[in-house]
Parts: sequence; C-alpha cells; structure tokens
Amino acid sequence: MKLVVCINHVPDTETKVKIGPDGKSIDRTGVNFILNPYDEFAIEECLRLREKNGGEVVAVSLGGDSHKETLRKALAMGVDKAVLLKDEAPRDSFSVAQALADFIRGVSPDLIFLGKQSVDSDDAAVGMMVAEMLGLPSVSVAVKMEVDGKTITAEREIEGGHEKVECSIPAVITAQKGLNEPRYPSLKGIMAAKSKPIEEVQPTPAQPKVDVVAMKKPPAKSAGKIVGADVSAVPELVRLLREEAKVI
Amino acid sequence: MPAFQGVDYFNADELLSEEERLVRNTVREFVEDSVLPVIEKHNRAGTFPRDIVQKMAELGVFGATLPTTYGCAGLNNVSYGLMMQELERGDSSIRSFASVQSALVMFPIYTFGSEEQKDKWLPLLASGKAIGSFGLTEPDYGSNPGGMITRAVRKDGGFVLNGAKMWITNGTIADVSVVWAKLDGVVHGFLVEKGTKGFSAPEMKGKHSLRASVTSELVFEDCWIPEENIFPNGKGLKAPLMCLSQARYGIAWGALGAAMGCYDVALNYAKSRIQFDKPIASFQLVQEKLVYMLTEITKGQLLCIQLGRLKDQHKVKFTHISMAKRNNVYHALEIARIARDILGANGILDEYPIMRHMANLESVKTYEGTHDIHTLIIGEDITGIAAYA
Repeated sequence: MKLVVCINHVPDTETKVKIGPDGKSIDRTGVNFILNPYDEFAIEECLRLREKNGGEVVAVSLGGDSHKETLRKALAMGVDKAVLLKDEAPRDSFSVAQALADFIRGVSPDLIFLGKQSVDSDDAAVGMMVAEMLGLPSVSVAVKMEVDGKTITAEREIEGGHEKVECSIPAVITAQKGLNEPRYPSLKGIMAAKSKPIEEVQPTPAQPKVDVVAMKKPPAKSAGKIVGADVSAVPELVRLLREEAKVI
Repeated sequence: MPAFQGVDYFNADELLSEEERLVRNTVREFVEDSVLPVIEKHNRAGTFPRDIVQKMAELGVFGATLPTTYGCAGLNNVSYGLMMQELERGDSSIRSFASVQSALVMFPIYTFGSEEQKDKWLPLLASGKAIGSFGLTEPDYGSNPGGMITRAVRKDGGFVLNGAKMWITNGTIADVSVVWAKLDGVVHGFLVEKGTKGFSAPEMKGKHSLRASVTSELVFEDCWIPEENIFPNGKGLKAPLMCLSQARYGIAWGALGAAMGCYDVALNYAKSRIQFDKPIASFQLVQEKLVYMLTEITKGQLLCIQLGRLKDQHKVKFTHISMAKRNNVYHALEIARIARDILGANGILDEYPIMRHMANLESVKTYEGTHDIHTLIIGEDITGIAAYA
C-alpha cells in the first residue's frame, strides 16, 4: 500500500503570536515551531496501515528548510521517505494544495492523508482542495477508518454526532483528533532518522488566489464588571445582560 | 498554568543539534503525558509507578547511549543528558530508575561483562523485561566504599557472597543486581539474579524523599553464584567508580530539570498571585529570587552542554563531572527552597511539585558522591592534595 501524508510545520499552540513589521504575517522570532498536531494523527494512521498491509509511507511538506525539522520528526516516528517541496513564497490554501497535488500525482498513492487543518492559518481547506484537484473522493474530519480491499469505511465528525461514510480507494482523508493515539518518535527512530535523506523537490510556483492584506490581533478584552456578590445583584445582572450585553 | 516550554535564556537551543532537540522534546512530551499526571499519587502512597518502565523502554530510554545491536538507541551523551533533564522535571525517582538501569547496570555489563553476559542481559534490560540494581554502598561504608565488608570466596566452581548493601535503588524489584564485593582483597563485580538462594532484598520504608522510588537493602547470606556471573573485566574500585561517573553525569543534567520545573511554577505563580493589589512578581525581593533561579539554571545548562560535548569527544575528566553534579544539585535544591518561599503556604501543598522536588533533591545531593566529597575530589585535583585520605 502506497501512502502519502502531507505535513506542516506550524507555530507551537502555546505561542503568544505577535504581528510582524509587514502587518500581514506573524513575527517568527522566538517562536517555537512544531509538527501540526492534527498531522500527527495522519502520520499515525499511515504507519498503522503500513504495519497491517505493508507498503511505504511518504511524508511531504511545503516550505523552507525549517520544515526539515518536522520532516525529521516524521521519519523518527517511522515514515519511510521524506520530501520537502522547497518554496518559501507566501501561499494561500489553493496554491499549497496545488503544489501538493502536483507532487502526489507523480507518486500515485493508494491513500493521501492530511491533518484536518493546520493550526497556523486554520483554513481547513487544503485537504479538500487536493482531493478536488486530483479528482479523488475525500473524507474530511475522520475519527475512525477501516480499509477493506478497495473500499474505505470511515466515520467523520459532524455537528453533534458522527457520520458513517464509504468511498473507494484512492482517496484523500483528513484526520481529526480521536482517529488514533499517535506514537512518540522512539529515541532509536530519532537516531535512524538522522541518516535518512530528505529529498528536495522544486514545487509549482505559487499562484495564490487570495492575498493576505492585513493581520490584526483581536481587541484586548476589557476589564470585567462585578455587579455584586449576593442574590441582591441578580436583577441588575439580568438588566445588564439584557440591555448592555444584549445576550438574553 | 501554561504548558512547560523549557527554560532557555541564553539561546542554548542553538548549541543543540536537530536530533538532540527532538530527543528532548519527545521525552518532555512523554513526561507531560505519562509522569506528571500520576506522580503525586505515587509520591503520596510511596509507590513506584511500575507501568512507566514499559513505556520508557518503548521510548528507548534504557541504556540509550549503548549500541543498537543490543536494542539500544545509540544516542550521544548530550541527548542522553537532555533526556535525564526532562525525566527529572517529572520526578527524581523516575530519573533515578533510568539512571540505575542505564548507567549503573547496563553500562557495567557492557563495559566489564563477558559476551554471554551482554547478550543475555542488555536486550532484556533495554526492553524493560528485566530491571536492574547496583550494590556498592554498605551500611557502614558510604563515602568510603573501598572499606566494603561484602566478601566473595571461591567455592564449588562459583563464589559464595556474604555481606549487605544499603540504599539500593530498585533492589527489591530487580531481576539482576550488579554487586561489588571483595575477592581475595580486590573489588570485583558480580551479577546476582533474583531468587538466588541466600539473597534477599527487603525494601527500606519511611523515606521523606524519593518516595516514588524503591530503595532497598541487599542481604547476602552464603549466597552461591556461578562462575559465569563474575565480570571478567574491571577489577578494583575503579570499576564501580566509573559507573558512578556515568550516573553522576546524568544527575548533573537531571538536577537542571527539577530546577526548571520549580522555576517555571514559581514564575507563573508570582505573576498571578495578587498581594497588596498587585502580582507578587512586581516586588523587588521576588524578582531577585526569580533572577537568581534563572541565572543558576542558565549557568548549569551551559556547564552541562559543554560537559556533554567533552564526554562525546572522550575528553571528559571525572572531576568535570564532579563539578557539574556538585554545582547543579546544590543550586537545584536552593532553587526548590526559594520556589517554596515564593509560593508561600501554597508551596507546601502537593498541588505544586515544589516540596516533592525539594525533598527528592536532598537525596540527590547526597547520593552518587555527596556534595562535600565532590568538593574534595575537585580540591584534590587542583591542589594535588587529597583531603579525605
């Protein structure tokens, strides 16, 4: 079974983001970058499928040299091959998907995995776009999946419940938390990953359809108001919630 | 409280390679997921979290610097140190377990053992299927191990051991113990397997420190062991002292982890605890305490990275290791005490890790060469005069 997992190198979720001097990107100084958390589920699912069915897992990431750190982590977790689509130009979801789809076309895998979204720009769009560009079925936000021959049965998260779906292989799956419990890279795996090469490929140049014009932080929260400490404050609280906050 | 992001005031991360950082981050994540959620419960109950052994083995913690042919990870010494740092941010008991298994059991078997001993024990110890302990210290011989009373005499194609060891981490739960005893007046290492007749390992109770670790006595009463269980190499006191150097190296890093844990908690507490209508972090006396903590952690960190580099280049002297162990444990203990001070009364609760680290570090300051003995080791090195002889 040939598997491709698309992974991203994103700011740590603990980062306190600052806007950079250009006003439309984040200031990267002092920011710790990590493997996108949802991509860990995608990698783990690939590793499990390979362990069960044999085959090969290829991890691919689009970005600059710094993405090698994340590709190295994927190798340490156990993927067989890592490819960097080396390009640092700013891209929207469409042009990211385009570069990934072009690469995947050349590999013709049985399944393509991504995290359901990257925690940097949070578009949750790339996976679906890749599927569309490749003309493949897709299952997004998957929390459970089984492969039986050429058929996939999967459960995806929907508002208030799960939806059970079926589709044929090849397909694109985007992974949600709960799909599995990702393994740690083993220390032995980390040492083995050190000697594995990371292949560099020049991707299709970016042709973004959406440009970021400006990036702004949400307005700072104003201080809370204490109306009172006992039951006598309730009428005033209700009045304020109704008239000022307009929430009831 | 925000998740622990490490302490790195001097961009020391730039001194680390990609895989060294990945080792550290992986063990950090492991500690967050598998040690911190359970450690207070075990510390309270005085029990060792036994299920962590298998998890640490799967990660590749045991004997991590030894070659992959024995199922080990083949890490360099800096990665090994970073691993110890993260484990001890969890708890000194967990780091102690890993230290003993790796530096005091697997290292001597690898260094002094026969091919048969290596082939038999190293894969079992690496995979956590076997647990090891190390018996050198005796009730009456601590800082002066050369005076040990435990004796071996030849008998029936093997050896008979008599004597007792004390303060032995993992003793009661060990499948194999590396025991040092005098044979014809010379110190030798012996492998004593669990269940050997005449060997018992009662657990020592009532500790106020390292409560999540098993500490034992090892008692040998006409305990016969076969010829193949003696180390063919490594005769004399130098052999166990080489093991201690390995372990102390890990302790120097481990102490940093405990200190980082305390600093991180104290800093966050100081920023959120309001007294006199402002966070206590706005007071000069509190700031001074935090600055002391961070400065000492930073110094210790740089000391350890260079120590690890020297060790990787085979240029390290045992006195270098003594200095790092002595310095880092001393300051880690001070940092724990000051952190308790910053947390006020809250500092004594096990809702926070401070008192646990502090109590643990009291042991760490004493074991593997006391603070004072390390002073004298370095003192002898620079003056040429031994002050303890």
